[in-house]
Amino acid sequence: MKAAGVLIAVALALALQTTLARLVVGGSAAIDLVLVAVVAVALTTGPVSGMLAGSVAGLIQDSLSTGVLGIGGLSKSVIGFLAGAISQQFILTSALPRFVMFVGATLAHAALFMGLNVALGLRTFPSPWKAVASQALGNAVVGMIAFAIMEALPGVIERRRAGRRPRG
Amino acid sequence: MGVIVGHILLIAAQVNTRRGVPLLEEFTFGTFAEIQRAATSAIAAVRDNWVNYVALQDVRAENARLKEEVAALRIGLQQERALAQQSRVLQDLLDLKSAVTLSTVAASVIAGGASPEFRTITIDKGTDGGVFADMAVLAPSGVVGRVVMPTSRASKVQLLIDRDAAAGAIVERSRAQGVVVGTGTDRFRLDHVPGAADIQVGDRVVTSGIEGIYPKGFLIGQIESIERQSGEFTGVVVRPAVEFSALETVLVVLTPTASEAQ
Repeated sequence: MKAAGVLIAVALALALQTTLARLVVGGSAAIDLVLVAVVAVALTTGPVSGMLAGSVAGLIQDSLSTGVLGIGGLSKSVIGFLAGAISQQFILTSALPRFVMFVGATLAHAALFMGLNVALGLRTFPSPWKAVASQALGNAVVGMIAFAIMEALPGVIERRRAGRRPRG
Repeated sequence: MGVIVGHILLIAAQVNTRRGVPLLEEFTFGTFAEIQRAATSAIAAVRDNWVNYVALQDVRAENARLKEEVAALRIGLQQERALAQQSRVLQDLLDLKSAVTLSTVAASVIAGGASPEFRTITIDKGTDGGVFADMAVLAPSGVVGRVVMPTSRASKVQLLIDRDAAAGAIVERSRAQGVVVGTGTDRFRLDHVPGAADIQVGDRVVTSGIEGIYPKGFLIGQIESIERQSGEFTGVVVRPAVEFSALETVLVVLTPTASEAQ
């Protein structure tokens, strides 16, 4: 059940990234919805699920892109694990710590992803700061919205069910 | 179980299909292309309903404006035809008539890139439609990119703005040569321009065809800014002619490039 939820979250993020993101801001979308999903999974389910979600999501993302297979997978696995581990050590239930978590995860992911690419001589990233900073902010905002929806959804369903119950 | 899956993935990543693409990549890309096709169809249906039935405000005024625009364009077309006729005569005279006529196939964009670090799109034509790797992809406004991974019913296209993309280029006015390089942003960089070259802000940059992928003479963009240091060009920024965030339909050039033909 937990694995299915993780897979659905990753698949939904990938579908949104490749379809809706293109329609809203086109191919130049700076938000990494897949990374947002991996961090959200890690924060809610722990380091192992986060790592597995990162691994699967990153590998799929790699195979859909033009880069080397495994670099995105490895980067997202590490971030998934770290995010999950931090969520078990600290209380991350309020908005600000979560926002900081998403920003930090995006920065760490960018450092890992770009570092691996540069170290392996695959591509260079001249002055990436602006792009990384805007992605970190974008991911954090989307992450907060995703958490707000995730937390509001069970209550909405419960209220609807309660409303349907016959009175008397 | 995890170990077995890991091994299968590793093997699949290393085994190539007949098209020269790793099996894993072909499988995941092919599968997701079908999902993306379905999702795009569903979204297109909703959008079409909106456009055709809901958002029909100000159509009359727009129609009148478009009629005026068509009339102006017709006049312009006649002038262009006259000019084309003149240039045809001149070409014949100089014996420079190009034998190249481009054969193209139209394709719809069914998905954007899966990762923001790579600028790619997925189109709904693959090897079944005659699309193969390294074919140029164009839009009416200019150069889009090249096919990097075709499957039977879809293809992955690397946009020219991707960090790993580049194309031979010529400044149309002065014929100065260079290489247009993707930056991963919404601008290109024009590299390898000789220090003595005559280039100005606003100059149109077109393909030179020197890399054997893009046909010669297609618009890439316009020079937006130029930086010089001690007589050398250190930063020439080109604004793309194509609006990459609004791509819906593209043309894949099926004609073999000069290098392939040889």
